[in-house]
Amino acid sequence: MAVPLAFFGVFFAYPVASIVSRGLKDGGSWQFARIGEVITDPRIGHVLWFTTWQAAASTALTLLLALPGAYVFARFDFPGKHLLRAVVTVPFVLPTVVVGSAFLALLGRGGLLDELWGVRLDTTVWAILLAHVFFNYAVVVRTVGGLWAQLDPRQEEAARVLGAGRLAAWRRVTLPALGPAVAAAALMVFLFTFTSFGVVQILGGPRYATLEVEIYQQTAQLLDLPTAAVLTLVQFAAVAALLGVHAWTVRRREATLKLVDAARTARRPQGAAQWALLASVLAVVALLVLVPLVVLVLRSLDGPHGYDLTYYRALASAGDNGGTFVVAPLAAIGNSLAYALAATAVAVVVGGLAAAALTRREGRLVRGFDALLMLPLGTSAVTVGFGFLIALDEPPLDLRTSWILVPLAQALVGVPFVVRTMLPVLRAVDVRLREAAAVLGASPLRAWREVDLPLVGRALAVAAGFAFAVSLGEFGATVFIARPDSPTLPVAVARLLGRPGALTYGQAMALSTILMLVCAAALLVLERVRTDRTGEF
Amino acid sequence: MLRLDEVTVRFGERTVLDAVDLSVAEHETVCVLGPSGSGKSTLLRVVAGLQRADAGRVLLAGKDQSAVPTHRRGVGLMFQDHQLFPQRDVAGNVAFGLRMRGTGRAESARRVAELLELVGLPGAQRRPVGALSGGEQQRVALARALAPEPRLLMLDEPLGQLDRSLRERLVVELRALFGRLGTTVLAVTHDQGEAFALADRVVVMRDGHIAQAGTPLEVWRRPASEFVARFLGFDNVVPATVRGECAETVWGRVPVPRGTPEGACRVLVRPAGVRIASVAEGLACDVVARTFRGDHVVVRLRPADGPELEAACALASAPGVGDRVGAVFGVDEVAVLP
Amino acid sequence: MNTTLRRALGATAALALGVPVLAACGSSDDKGSGESGGKTVTLVSHDSFVASEAVLKEFTERTGYTVKVLKSGDAGRAVNQAILSKSHPQGDVFFGVDNTLLSRALDKDLFAPYEAKGLDRVPQEFQADAGEHRVTPVDTGEICVNYDRAYFADHKLTPPQSFDDLVKPEYKNLLVTENSATSSPGLAFQLATIAQYGDDGWKDYWKKLKENGVEVVDGWEQAYNDRFSGSAAGKKAKGDRPLVVSYASSPPAEVLGVKPEPQEGPTGVATGTCFRQTEFAGLLKGARNTEGGKALIDFMLGRTFQEDMPLQMFVKPVSQDAKLPEVFTKYGAQIDKPGTLAPEKIAKNRDQWVKEWSSLVLK
Repeated sequence: MAVPLAFFGVFFAYPVASIVSRGLKDGGSWQFARIGEVITDPRIGHVLWFTTWQAAASTALTLLLALPGAYVFARFDFPGKHLLRAVVTVPFVLPTVVVGSAFLALLGRGGLLDELWGVRLDTTVWAILLAHVFFNYAVVVRTVGGLWAQLDPRQEEAARVLGAGRLAAWRRVTLPALGPAVAAAALMVFLFTFTSFGVVQILGGPRYATLEVEIYQQTAQLLDLPTAAVLTLVQFAAVAALLGVHAWTVRRREATLKLVDAARTARRPQGAAQWALLASVLAVVALLVLVPLVVLVLRSLDGPHGYDLTYYRALASAGDNGGTFVVAPLAAIGNSLAYALAATAVAVVVGGLAAAALTRREGRLVRGFDALLMLPLGTSAVTVGFGFLIALDEPPLDLRTSWILVPLAQALVGVPFVVRTMLPVLRAVDVRLREAAAVLGASPLRAWREVDLPLVGRALAVAAGFAFAVSLGEFGATVFIARPDSPTLPVAVARLLGRPGALTYGQAMALSTILMLVCAAALLVLERVRTDRTGEF
Repeated sequence: MLRLDEVTVRFGERTVLDAVDLSVAEHETVCVLGPSGSGKSTLLRVVAGLQRADAGRVLLAGKDQSAVPTHRRGVGLMFQDHQLFPQRDVAGNVAFGLRMRGTGRAESARRVAELLELVGLPGAQRRPVGALSGGEQQRVALARALAPEPRLLMLDEPLGQLDRSLRERLVVELRALFGRLGTTVLAVTHDQGEAFALADRVVVMRDGHIAQAGTPLEVWRRPASEFVARFLGFDNVVPATVRGECAETVWGRVPVPRGTPEGACRVLVRPAGVRIASVAEGLACDVVARTFRGDHVVVRLRPADGPELEAACALASAPGVGDRVGAVFGVDEVAVLP
Repeated sequence: MNTTLRRALGATAALALGVPVLAACGSSDDKGSGESGGKTVTLVSHDSFVASEAVLKEFTERTGYTVKVLKSGDAGRAVNQAILSKSHPQGDVFFGVDNTLLSRALDKDLFAPYEAKGLDRVPQEFQADAGEHRVTPVDTGEICVNYDRAYFADHKLTPPQSFDDLVKPEYKNLLVTENSATSSPGLAFQLATIAQYGDDGWKDYWKKLKENGVEVVDGWEQAYNDRFSGSAAGKKAKGDRPLVVSYASSPPAEVLGVKPEPQEGPTGVATGTCFRQTEFAGLLKGARNTEGGKALIDFMLGRTFQEDMPLQMFVKPVSQDAKLPEVFTKYGAQIDKPGTLAPEKIAKNRDQWVKEWSSLVLK
């Protein structure tokens, strides 16, 4: 527990506290009056209200659309399942600028919906909500599906035998067992959408502003630190309240579960109803996830002379076009992978230790720590970035010019994923299995490695995959941190998009496609690791 | 081998073990017998180091174990519900303790084969534990517990979930096995038949206290209290006042063994000591129930006054329900309880 | 556990534990070179800063200093970060503060005075801090309305040329611009209208613009890549606005790398709707490598760097002896009188203007 505590103290609490106190302190005295002024501003109230309800609505909609998906991925075997599971995770890593633009092709003028039914959703709140579903679909499918696949189907069968209908059996047996995972997924989706920035800006237009946008403007544009500090505190308060509710609901539900090998619970769909379910899930995935992705790929291939690889060639040949070459794409891929690996390693170690500590200990303090780990998800990237800047500026911790800040900032977002994904499974491991190992001579560490680790191996792989995907696509913190000129893929894409010209735009699309492929490939590799794991056991 | 000195465990307000003293000698098999909630499983967990004692000491081979973590105590524990590792196959489970001790691959494979042979599952190495029946799981759990050759083997309800015939057979097998291996065993169970069949010594527990300890025969013959008597299945207990060689009860006079001190007490008449005679000869009772027990019949008798009592009688001479009979008490089957 | 996974986990753990060590090494290295006044000069800038490898190499060959570039965010963010880290500056030279942000940086006393060599070749109009030389102008450019040539040709309309044109009924529902609060070209366009119509008149103008159907999006990327019908990206995204607030350099950029080179670019510039943006560099106070920093500023005003900029950052050189690349002269427009506002005035009114603009246009 010491390592995760130290990590969060130094790389989260301290920087954020620094930037907030810098804002609220004027010449040595605290300016608490400022808090009242900002909070009572009706405009801020409006922003807070919109931020909250759109996050709640997005979460509900995501759960509604993704829970059937989680079921299908957990319980059905169908060709291309692994590939598809990797593909639905891809949106999660794509830069919002790119996705927003692709999403317009679905919802905007001349988009698919417009051509089919004459419906335009851009600049409406529906566009924001649907884009949030697009981004977070995988969060639900992976966190909930991961556990679902390991639930013993016989429990439900037992309920059926006891006279429960199919739905009742699900509601009374499976749903309570899934409760913690659903709550965790909902919490993460909520936090992500609560701090949504790019999606709201691009698809909602200037009329919609979230707290995140407001904090960004106050900090990065206006340098009004007092207002930003108050808003950060407001954000904290909202997130803390949410975490409180979450902890309260989850604590009453978590129970020891009987987990079985996931490979044994999945089978081919049987009967018309199951095939229909599979088909409808695939249709949702196709419409919401695949169409925008396909649009991106098509745009990357749609060169000046028809569909070809012009833009990909342009990426590969520097200086060919008068030196407009802004990013070495291969270098960007390398940077991205290196950062993502480092961030994943940090997130897995810190998150794994935290999850292990949280499993073994009980008490108010531990639950507080549990909540603390989630805070970074609900904290503005600009707050953290600027906090790093003013907090980590003196030896021995002058990291401002070091590359390490990027993976560290990314790991801050990755750790909650690791903890959230692993905790339900770790808590579900029967404590007496560990005792059995101890009696047979395994030290606590060894028992963890021999008993918990194999059982949570799957969850760990899921968590690592998420942490990896998160850092691969991480944009906010990366651009807020001053860093040596080694751009990651998302940064390179943003840089290309920020310049006019057919060629740069095409290159941006091509690079986004490469980002998609890298992500999908990485996730597929992780899926392999995961199915190999039963090798020796 | 094992000694417990005034071991006390409290869960909040509740005292689960209250100053328990207990010892198990080398090669001895001791069974702790008690109803559920009497603290017997906690006793095992304290010995294994899975549960910290709030007071008292646990000594293994004369050494205080309070600072020794579970995995270094060198004890074995077979869990009530086995707790086989679901992700490992049979061999993986059995070999686990050997691996923890750094036993070589070939050696541990040999041991695993040997143990599986011993528990009657030869060749089951590669079977997944999820596919085993309850009895097979039990055997694997036993083999796993035995594999590292613990100096003390603890069994928590070792035969709890098995069907009767399997249980009876296994009890005999286990007793023979422990005798052959010279294992020191501390088992807990709620089934007196199992305890008496398995143990050299029986310890009856009640609410965290030891109610009685002794050989199965001693406990059987002279239960130390009404609780022990009733737990052993003897319900013919009444308050009594001893005068000379007889005790005055609501059932009339009951003969007591010679040398019983005079005064108020309780007497137990085991069913075998209740003889059915004519109404004139003994206590007049109505037969209210009749239970066939294989080689004998137990009849339930209702006297005019006092609690009902049971009598064991031969198949041929058993009265029918509704008959009116007399009950006569034989001194050999009478025990005086405090 | 299979060995592959075990090895992977081991490596992961090792990597994680090694990270702090590496980080410590990394930062001490940086300081080592910096404090000794050594061979590295650190340039802090925004994300749009680009210089060719060859040019930076030439600097190293000439002066012996290696340039290390630190980038973060857009111009506004980069300036604010520099202000926040004033007590421990991240580098030696800051590049990328423009005239809309200049006063804030100067008020916060970010820069140490230095009169760069070659300043004599820079026209007076760009030298915003000529008296004290705390900052040195490096590049310039204009924010202007761009138009889609094809659209106006198809509809037999003359493209608008001035602010007054934009509120005429024939251009109704054609313009897309950016949010002043979130976008630097958006803000520049607002400032241009203030420069044109004065402190009071600009609001009336925006009212008319709003009545004439101006669309506002949050960022330049959305406006230019998604909404504008003239850009290559906008065509793919089916943008339907033939007028967009962008840069004077956007038309040449639009044809860059397109083969064969077209006679005329697909987009043009409404030359009467421009606002000048000049970017400055300055020596950060408390710089570790002051000498290196000075050399870098000199170099940035030199011909090599000045001629490299246009195709790297789509800006124009400020130095008179630097030649513009052909693509700029061929497809770019000559802007004679771009709007300007004094940096002090911008600094004083900026927040208020943006607030007024937001409540006027976005509500």
